[in-house]
Amino acid sequence: MFKHETIETNSALLTVLALIAMGIGGLVEIVPLHYINDTIEKVDGVRPYTPLELRGRDIYQREGCFLCHSQMIRPFRDEALRYGHYSLAAESQYDHPFQWGSKRTGPDLARVGGKYSNEWHVQHLKAPRSVVPESIMPNYPWLLENDLQYLDIGDRMRALKKVGVPYSLTKEEYDANVEKFGEEVAKMLDINRAEENLLAEAQADNFDGNPNRLTEMDALVAYLQMLGTLVDFSKYDEGYFVEFR
Amino acid sequence: MAGAAVPVVHQEYNYDIVKKFAIAAIVWAVAGMGAGVYIASELAWPFLNFDIEYITFGRLRPVHTSGVIFGFGGNALFATSYYVVQRTCQARLPSDAAANFTFWGWNIAILLGGISYMLGYSQGREYAEPEWPIDLLITVVWVTYLWLYVETLRRRSQPHIYVANWFYLGFILATALLHIFNNLAMPVSLTGMKSYSLFAGVQDAMTQWWYGHNAVGFFLTAAFLGMMYYFVPKQAGRPIYSYRLSIVHFWALVFLYMWVGTHHLHWTAIPDWTSSLAATFSIVLLMPSWGGMINGVMTLSGAWDKLRSDPIMLFMITALSFYGMSTFEGPMMSLKSVNALSHYTDWTVGHVHSGALGWVAMISFGSLYHMIPRLYNTTIYSVRLIYVHFFLATIGIVLYIVAMWVSGIGQGLMLRAFDDYGNLAYTFVESVAFMHWPLATRALGGGIFLTGMLIMAYNIYKTIALARREEVAREAAEAAKLAQA
Repeated sequence: MFKHETIETNSALLTVLALIAMGIGGLVEIVPLHYINDTIEKVDGVRPYTPLELRGRDIYQREGCFLCHSQMIRPFRDEALRYGHYSLAAESQYDHPFQWGSKRTGPDLARVGGKYSNEWHVQHLKAPRSVVPESIMPNYPWLLENDLQYLDIGDRMRALKKVGVPYSLTKEEYDANVEKFGEEVAKMLDINRAEENLLAEAQADNFDGNPNRLTEMDALVAYLQMLGTLVDFSKYDEGYFVEFR
Repeated sequence: MAGAAVPVVHQEYNYDIVKKFAIAAIVWAVAGMGAGVYIASELAWPFLNFDIEYITFGRLRPVHTSGVIFGFGGNALFATSYYVVQRTCQARLPSDAAANFTFWGWNIAILLGGISYMLGYSQGREYAEPEWPIDLLITVVWVTYLWLYVETLRRRSQPHIYVANWFYLGFILATALLHIFNNLAMPVSLTGMKSYSLFAGVQDAMTQWWYGHNAVGFFLTAAFLGMMYYFVPKQAGRPIYSYRLSIVHFWALVFLYMWVGTHHLHWTAIPDWTSSLAATFSIVLLMPSWGGMINGVMTLSGAWDKLRSDPIMLFMITALSFYGMSTFEGPMMSLKSVNALSHYTDWTVGHVHSGALGWVAMISFGSLYHMIPRLYNTTIYSVRLIYVHFFLATIGIVLYIVAMWVSGIGQGLMLRAFDDYGNLAYTFVESVAFMHWPLATRALGGGIFLTGMLIMAYNIYKTIALARREEVAREAAEAAKLAQA
């Protein structure tokens, strides 16, 4: 008859059995997510970040914004009214790392894009209580003072390319992106043109209100203004996304 | 001469490394909890961010979590596990140099981590914030720890491996597994800190919360159960209540915990099947959790009078009570309908702290109060101060948790409230305004808990200072005796 004594008198056996016991749960829950096709919804419009948005996202991560702001709207009536359509898995498929967050000390930001003007965002990030008196968010004045570091934007995109984001280096990759995302987007995903794209986007939209300087504020506002805007939900039936859940 | 043989054996254990880790645990506790009280105050009074980028809430919060989990908790676990494994196996750690490496490596990693967060380097993953160079250092330290631990087990002069060691071993193995898979990332360059995680979106979220919850399950639970299984029977002077129960709940715990991480992702874009699976296993997990609690609490049967005379026992039994409470609250919050309200709110924060302050910190305090005087071959400087610490800690926790229930449940209810016309009854910022007093109360509760911690630091400092003086006096007496002879 089996006795537990066999295990507790043998350190190797104890180690191996413990590893097996703790390995199963993770294997069953994590591995299938990489292989089940329905995990990520089939939907048009989702694309990787432009170089400027990517730098904005880096700053979002640097400041730990995700510790107080979620980017994941749940399928509830109050959240639909407050934030919009619930978030899709597809919408964060290029997010390395994901920034869904776990706490709403401030509101969800998954669809904050386009809800406020650039001027509002700049003022709000500089001094939140000047626009929302009850806010408890810190001031971020240095975003306007710091020049945006962008010389390594190519390296950043190359690193992301290695983990699966379809930024292009070669002609074939570029052509594949034209096919998948259209020419306008494909140009923005071209690592060879990363710096000029970044400068052109900041110049064209002038996010921080100062056309003479490229600051961290430009990048962060560019990122915030595109959040949740990529999918046109009017194109899909209400029941369509439920099938994937 | 025969009687003198026992202490000689004890001298052969490596207690020096245990002392180092124990002192580091106390230093990190003060620093980490201090950071906690500060960020709690920032939420109540945002001017405390002072427009200084290095100390804003977003950058300081991981300093707090790393400081208390890996600084205080980690050092307490290293200290007690090295103490317990040597004593229960009656074998010395195989290498002093390797043990010292784990001490310096671990503490330097946490220090570098803290500095790097303040400078703005973070992987953006909760409780796994350090960037890749620090992660590599942690990996090397951890492998060394595993080797030291298993090698000591192999050198044991007892046929059986004592139950505390199963839990410590489970924690070391699981932490290795979690740390490696959750930190897979691509550096932007080999000379910079920045990296991007290997996985994206759904898969990244799943991996992170598989890690995140099992950091709780193994780092903050299984390991501290190991602590409990040694120090509670020792302090009570009684054997563990049920050997059979410890076997059943050990295997159930290590198997079940790994399934439940996805309950942090209810109602998100994660597929429903993972979420349902996690909720189910979370409910089942109540049983092994309470198995541990019952085994600990019942160890005191026949010695309940100790609660009147022994403040260390008070710490341990209160810790087990909080463990029981938060492992009931946890499964409840993992129900999807409850989670719909509690998720994203301070209720979660309160739940974590009833576990972290109530269970993890309290059982560590009890164990350190038991262990440190023995390491220094002396008695504690002041028993009265242990009582003071105990009551400050308990009052602090209760204030903290209640404030977070009010804040969390209150915000959850406000955000889902509708008026008669079906419109949202409150704006988001109205819920923020509502949370001011609960948040201020929370900071106060944390402050009271920290005060208790400072008293402990003082008590331990005096104990060690006293032990040094006693040591000098003993040596002088012996020298005098020799001189006379």
